[in-house]
Amino acid sequence: MTKMDITEYFSLVFSDYTLRTITLGTAVLGAVTGMLGSFAVLRKQSLLGDAISHAALPGIAIAFLITGAKDTNTLLLGALVSGLIGTFWIKSIVKKTHLKSDTALGLILSLFFGFGMLLLTFIQKQPNANQAGLDKYLFGQAATLVESDVWLMVIVTGLCLFVLLLFWKEFKLLLFDADYTKTLGFNTKFIDILITSFIVLAIVLGLQTVGVVLMSAMLLAPAAAARQWTNSLATMVFLAAIFGAFSGVFGTAISASQTNLSTGPVIVLVASVFVLFSFVFSPSRGLLFKQIRFIKNRRDLELHKTLAFMHHIAETHENISHPHAIKLLNNFQGYTRSTLQKLVEKNYVELKGNMWSLTEVGFETAENLYTKQSTEDE
Amino acid sequence: MKQKIAVKVDDLTVAYNYKPVLWDIDLEIPEGVLMAIVGPNGAGKSTLIKSILGILKPIAGSVTIYGKPYEKQRQLVAYVPQKGSVDWDFPTTALDVVMMGTYGSLGWIKRPRQKEKKAALEALEKVGMLAFKGRQISQLSGGQQQRIFLARALVQNASIYFMDEPFQGVDATTEIAIINILKELRKAGKTVIVVHHDLQTVPEYFDWVTFLNVKKIATGPVKDIFNDDNLTKTYGINFKVSVQE
Repeated sequence: MTKMDITEYFSLVFSDYTLRTITLGTAVLGAVTGMLGSFAVLRKQSLLGDAISHAALPGIAIAFLITGAKDTNTLLLGALVSGLIGTFWIKSIVKKTHLKSDTALGLILSLFFGFGMLLLTFIQKQPNANQAGLDKYLFGQAATLVESDVWLMVIVTGLCLFVLLLFWKEFKLLLFDADYTKTLGFNTKFIDILITSFIVLAIVLGLQTVGVVLMSAMLLAPAAAARQWTNSLATMVFLAAIFGAFSGVFGTAISASQTNLSTGPVIVLVASVFVLFSFVFSPSRGLLFKQIRFIKNRRDLELHKTLAFMHHIAETHENISHPHAIKLLNNFQGYTRSTLQKLVEKNYVELKGNMWSLTEVGFETAENLYTKQSTEDE
Repeated sequence: MKQKIAVKVDDLTVAYNYKPVLWDIDLEIPEGVLMAIVGPNGAGKSTLIKSILGILKPIAGSVTIYGKPYEKQRQLVAYVPQKGSVDWDFPTTALDVVMMGTYGSLGWIKRPRQKEKKAALEALEKVGMLAFKGRQISQLSGGQQQRIFLARALVQNASIYFMDEPFQGVDATTEIAIINILKELRKAGKTVIVVHHDLQTVPEYFDWVTFLNVKKIATGPVKDIFNDDNLTKTYGINFKVSVQE
């Protein structure tokens, strides 16, 4: 693609057929993987996507060897079959042996990927002019998207949305508490197969665009970012879809506006920016606000403790406003000059020369400190 | 007085690997009892409950609820899993978790409506958690999380309740609140089966007890069988727990 400006891209995206197709494709792909990724993340199966996409590779090669066709749908059908086989092998390894799921994932991932690479090198040595192009599935090549590919993505996304809405309650239940789901009489195997099949389907659809190696990021990144902003499953799924779609659009825009920037990796990088931003700036879970709250909390506590200490001293006198020497406070660890200044600002304490005294308000506040704190805990 | 049998377990044997976790368990639980299942770690207490509820597949044996196979009687049974069995950072609220108790009677696809929401709110009130209905579940204390699990089971409006260590990691206030609810359930004629760890409180809380250590050691009224002899048989060391009353 030739070099162009980002603004130029956005004016072209509505008129240029190829650009529009690619943008739509990556947006829809980002949305569907974001949605399904939420489920994978919440089930702690984040790496499942990685295993599935790698497991799809031999399927692509075998489909090519059998049919000799380079047509995307045939190859993706092969990918789907081997992706599904890989997934259900992982599940049965976990179920039948004592291996943990990370081990099973790693085993299947490398086994299938190794076999896939073997087949790819074999195909490359064949005297068949048609061979070139299979390796685009390794890193993806969004430029090869055509309108029918996008239609396929739209159909799958629509289907996925429909199933999601239909079985929303069952999905949520299984994600939160699988054993309990069983006792309520739901067929957990069916729900599980449904979710997993859609995850496999979405990943396979993305192979052409993003490729085997980076596909799992499309599943995880939008979901991980979305989790930071909400405490509701529905909002999380929705946000993940939005983040995914925007990653697709921005990724395409950026790669289209530069020469020699392949789209898949750029999309993944944009998605990672969403993640980074969310980790830092989310109001409830973000690092920044957490740190600010932590510091503020500490300051408040120091202030309260100092006030309580002063209250303790003031109580020894009949007149609570009787002045005491500031140096008395040096015995107290939490005391600093600035806490004293803050207490004066809040009108809890009055200063006169080297002496301080509690005000009426300060005394009452100090007395109610403990009870106030315990009601805030409620 | 001849009591109806709520739960009947026959020849139940369960194994994870080669060694059986439960061996040939026969158990009859009469209707309306508040029963503790006690035994050392690894005795198969949770496994027993999970096998009765069909979460685990036994090697042999059968379970009937009021004389019919469990699969046909699910609606009569509610389950309170161990608190640690789920991820409390899941993005959902207290009310939403309690609503899950209505999903079984709703069946596939149907969404909960006003009626289900009302039932969930009532259950939250019963466990003293109404004020926390909108709270994200990770922001609840351990005791509050346990109450939410209890409320979820209460919503099911079952006849038989299975609870896996509902007192684990809760403070004294919550423990009393929970036991009071369990006693109320018994008063209403429900059958409550609880995996329990604190032997000291067995005579105070329960009227029925099952001693379990892979095999069933004994089952019956607390006042008849909760004694040093059975405790020694179950735990394998000499026991002196003075039985109150």
